[in-house]
Amino acid sequence: MMNLQDFLPMRHEILLVFLMIVIILCEIFISEKSKHYVINISIVLFVLQTIVGFLPIQQGNMFGGMFQNDLFRSTLKNILSIGVLIVFLQSSGWLKKEENKGKISEYFLLLLSTLIGMFFMVSSGDFLMMYLGLELATIPITALAAYERNKSKSAEAGIKLLLISALSTGVLLYGISMIYGTTGSVYFADVAVNFGKSSLQILGLIFFVAGMGFKISLVPFHLWTADVYEGAPISVTAYLSVISKGAAVFIFMIILYKVFGALFDMWNSLLYVLAVVTMTVGNLFAIRQNNMKRFLAFSSIAQAGFILLGILGSNAMGAASVAYFVLIYIVTNLGAFGVVSAIYNASGKEDMREYNGLYKTNPMLSLVMTLALFSLAGIPPVAGFFGKFFLFTSAASHGYYILVLIAVINATISLYYYLRVIKAMFIDPNDNPIPYFKTDVPARIGLVICVAGIFIVGFATSIYEAIYKFTSLM
Amino acid sequence: MIHGIPIQYFLIVSTIMFFVGVCGFIIRRNLITILMSVELILNAININFLVFNRYLFPHQLQGNFFALIVVAVAAAEASVAIALFINMYRRFNNIDVENISEMKY
Repeated sequence: MMNLQDFLPMRHEILLVFLMIVIILCEIFISEKSKHYVINISIVLFVLQTIVGFLPIQQGNMFGGMFQNDLFRSTLKNILSIGVLIVFLQSSGWLKKEENKGKISEYFLLLLSTLIGMFFMVSSGDFLMMYLGLELATIPITALAAYERNKSKSAEAGIKLLLISALSTGVLLYGISMIYGTTGSVYFADVAVNFGKSSLQILGLIFFVAGMGFKISLVPFHLWTADVYEGAPISVTAYLSVISKGAAVFIFMIILYKVFGALFDMWNSLLYVLAVVTMTVGNLFAIRQNNMKRFLAFSSIAQAGFILLGILGSNAMGAASVAYFVLIYIVTNLGAFGVVSAIYNASGKEDMREYNGLYKTNPMLSLVMTLALFSLAGIPPVAGFFGKFFLFTSAASHGYYILVLIAVINATISLYYYLRVIKAMFIDPNDNPIPYFKTDVPARIGLVICVAGIFIVGFATSIYEAIYKFTSLM
Repeated sequence: MIHGIPIQYFLIVSTIMFFVGVCGFIIRRNLITILMSVELILNAININFLVFNRYLFPHQLQGNFFALIVVAVAAAEASVAIALFINMYRRFNNIDVENISEMKY
């Protein structure tokens, strides 16, 4: 017998569904002329949802263990919520444009439904729930990638994302079917108990890693990333590169630790190779990009390689360092995307060479961009350094010294192409720079949150300690 | 248990289906055919789940339910895919995959 109180561990998801219903009602009852109020209503409601998310939450299992919630998982959900809030703030200027009139609510509905999918995915206790969450997180985002349907690049991005994610889900499910065939269950707990080391299970593991590799855009499976990131609208790109990737990394890590723990010596060599290739290829391809969105796409591929280092440190410290790094990555990358989207909204320019002389006309935006890029590169005073530091420490504590050395060399290479943007903004002369413009208020609030995050998350050790404490409870 | 048919036969069929699907996904030029290849992959997975359930673990229905849900989600995926293809058809008047190669490298 279940009563309503038993649903309390699902508070994040229930509130999001409630929020979506409110937005649907707004879409119905608000007149065509004042539709832009939907943006403010959604943002305010989502701020409330983010704050409520931090309140203490009841832990427990539901639906026979298909849905699990504990402090670690709700921390991961809160990290994702903060990121989505910043994405919402940054997208409001773009949504107010004439061409997006009449499809404002769709943007919020689709984005929130993918967020619900990610929450279910992070909280899943068996492969069925994980698969459902994954699909709920990918199908709406393909529609969002093709949101500007009059632009052929956007339509192209939508089709590419949809087909690749369908293939990757197929590969993932093929692996899950093998694991089911050898263990007789799809529940994480039962699968972990019944693991032998049969070759079919190892094959299943390989298919599983390949399927998740598509979602996280690890290197042999990364070919869709740059195209989709370039074609999709900027706020959708920011969402894809930060929130989608973060959620996929979280569930990948949870499943590797909890389910495939018995096969550790199999997947650590797999991840070792993937990490080296991902970092190197991501960095080398980022050097030759001139489009800012493609540039950030390859930079995000390289960052995914660094995240694998934390996963390889397979213990509470590894998990904590990954969660901490994703939090830093969210504020940092959204800072960079916020500047790119502000410039695009004001001038329609997104090429690196058109940023020449930006500092003279828009000094504040240039400074935010510089901070974000320094943090992405991992330069000491800002948060990105501490994120990378903990990732490298957790890998080194397992004796992967050569891997850490390769990662440090890659971090140095990455400094080169991040500095290219900074050089364009501060040094390169330009007779016709992008003129001064005022960023709209919500986007400015988003950028302030990012900058505050870049400084605070690195120095406030209590944040890392809190994440570490929740992780050890996992 | 289906009398007289060992489990290997089913698994061979499903493996062939899976890799035919992957090959079709890579080789084919028409977007609808690519979508059909994806469906082939998903059906191979369904056969796997159902056969494992029926032959190895007949007392629980986890595999059956997984297959049911895969079918339902595949339908949702196909509907979004068709919507995107129609959008593309309006632009180019065909659904050849060569048209979506504006962005490369």
